Amino acid sequence: MLFTGSEESAAVALVDCNNFYVSCERAFDPSLAHRPVVVLSNNDGCVIARSEEAKQLGIGMGTPFFKCRQQIIRYNIRVFSSNYALYGDMSARVMEILRRFSPHMEEYSIDEAFLECPRTPGSCSAEWALRLRGQVALCTGIPVAVGIASTKTLAKVAARAAKKNPGFAGVCELAAQGDIDSALAGVAVEDVWGIGRRYAGMLRRNGIITARDLTRADDGWVRRSMTVRGLRTVMELRGTSCFGIEDAPPAPRSILSSRSFGSPVGDPAALREALADYISTAAEKLRRRGMLASAMQVFITTGAHGAEPSHSAALTLALPQPLSATPELIRHGLTGFERLYRTGVCYRKAGVVLTALQEARARQPVLFGSSAADERGVRFMKAVDVINARWGCGAVSFAAPSKAARAWRMHRRFMSGRYTTCWSELPLVRA
Amino acid sequence: MGRLERLYLGRSSHSGHDAPLVLEQVAAGFPSPAGDYIERRLDLNEYLVQHPHATFFVRVAGDSMTGAGIHDGDILIVDRCLEACSGSVVIAAVNGELAVKRLLKRNGRCILKPENDAFSCIEAAEQNEVHIWGVAIYVIHRL
Repeated sequence: MLFTGSEESAAVALVDCNNFYVSCERAFDPSLAHRPVVVLSNNDGCVIARSEEAKQLGIGMGTPFFKCRQQIIRYNIRVFSSNYALYGDMSARVMEILRRFSPHMEEYSIDEAFLECPRTPGSCSAEWALRLRGQVALCTGIPVAVGIASTKTLAKVAARAAKKNPGFAGVCELAAQGDIDSALAGVAVEDVWGIGRRYAGMLRRNGIITARDLTRADDGWVRRSMTVRGLRTVMELRGTSCFGIEDAPPAPRSILSSRSFGSPVGDPAALREALADYISTAAEKLRRRGMLASAMQVFITTGAHGAEPSHSAALTLALPQPLSATPELIRHGLTGFERLYRTGVCYRKAGVVLTALQEARARQPVLFGSSAADERGVRFMKAVDVINARWGCGAVSFAAPSKAARAWRMHRRFMSGRYTTCWSELPLVRA
Repeated sequence: MGRLERLYLGRSSHSGHDAPLVLEQVAAGFPSPAGDYIERRLDLNEYLVQHPHATFFVRVAGDSMTGAGIHDGDILIVDRCLEACSGSVVIAAVNGELAVKRLLKRNGRCILKPENDAFSCIEAAEQNEVHIWGVAIYVIHRL
């Protein structure tokens, strides 16, 4: 853990890609420059990324697509389905570049990373940040904002300031206490990293409106009402580092695979097939991480929209032994599904969560059961993963009990090319 | 004497033990006479791609660069972090579209020159918004 208090100590930088999904689309399509652009969630459900121009037109984050369709037509807003193959690769490129700028780095999300600022005499952090920003823009076309401060929580505040003030050239270093205070006074308490909506109401009722108010709260009171985690956040706002840069991300505690359907699905055979598909995806992720699942949750839901009969149900199954093989996981998952499904209900979403994960190596041997059969299973699943990696997801798949119409496939009507991961979808250049 | 190999089957990372599960010497037939000379097979990526994080592949549409050996349907290897010099073949964003042309810099002016007499030059001026996207370093052309 990084634990520092004095001003001479190492600083933390948060590098945050601006409107990342939109920036990825823009990197390959110059016609999108200076125009309002939005990216929709899986299944084209709602807006999950907006260009600056779209924000100014009042398109809210999370707005359902059908609710902003009028505005999209009126203002000629460009719309994209989410293209995760592209965003994932562009993220990897950005992270690769950032890693050269600091020996200690934490990939915090697809578009954010914490870096320890190298403190070399005679060179200031802001210059380092400007070089970093220039390299990322040159190599990938992605604009980033950099916030530098003594703690991760303050670096988040600084990055926000870097984005909001066009005069800052995308870099903001909060070092002097006066600058920190005025920046904190401009941040609503619910926007502080780690606070969120959960505590915002309670804090507001107690007269704590801005991040600056929070720094003045009594430690004992904070600890009682927001646990020790809340107190750490407050200390970080005061400049005492409590959250270190985690170079190695912790192993995931669960793996989720779920989608909304293109149109509501009532046919149980089609639902089974969809679930089998999601279980396959989750199981492949599980094996890639060298893990086994001891429990799985299956869920189906109609969602809240619409007047049809609504039904949401989930069931958690304890698996007889830790598993990673797709056929067995599907068998258990579908047993669970039979207990959830109601005849006559049209579902909009289904999914699976693999939980109680453990490393495959640390696994307890089964007392009864054939280890030779296990070995064969492992080799078989490896072969399937290799084929799917080479020929595309779903080249080899496991049959659910019936072959139903693929009505549940996702809507991705506005998808751009997988420019960096698919030979047949390369960007075109005019000659 | 055959080649000797030691087989280690995984290590338990949890218990902290480093003990191999199998520790036996296994004779594995006659040694290959080339055994001491085995090298890694040639890798085109290594030869063609200097900066993987900044390298992109794009497909050519059109005939304006045939004089430079760039044909319709070819794939160009583009490095975004190289400096575009006068004479470089560049990918430029011209009026909202990516285009491949030869860049010429003369007296502070930037000209995008096609390599086919049937096409005309584009000058980076007020009416044309031009931005250099990357430098094309190789062309992949099927014979």
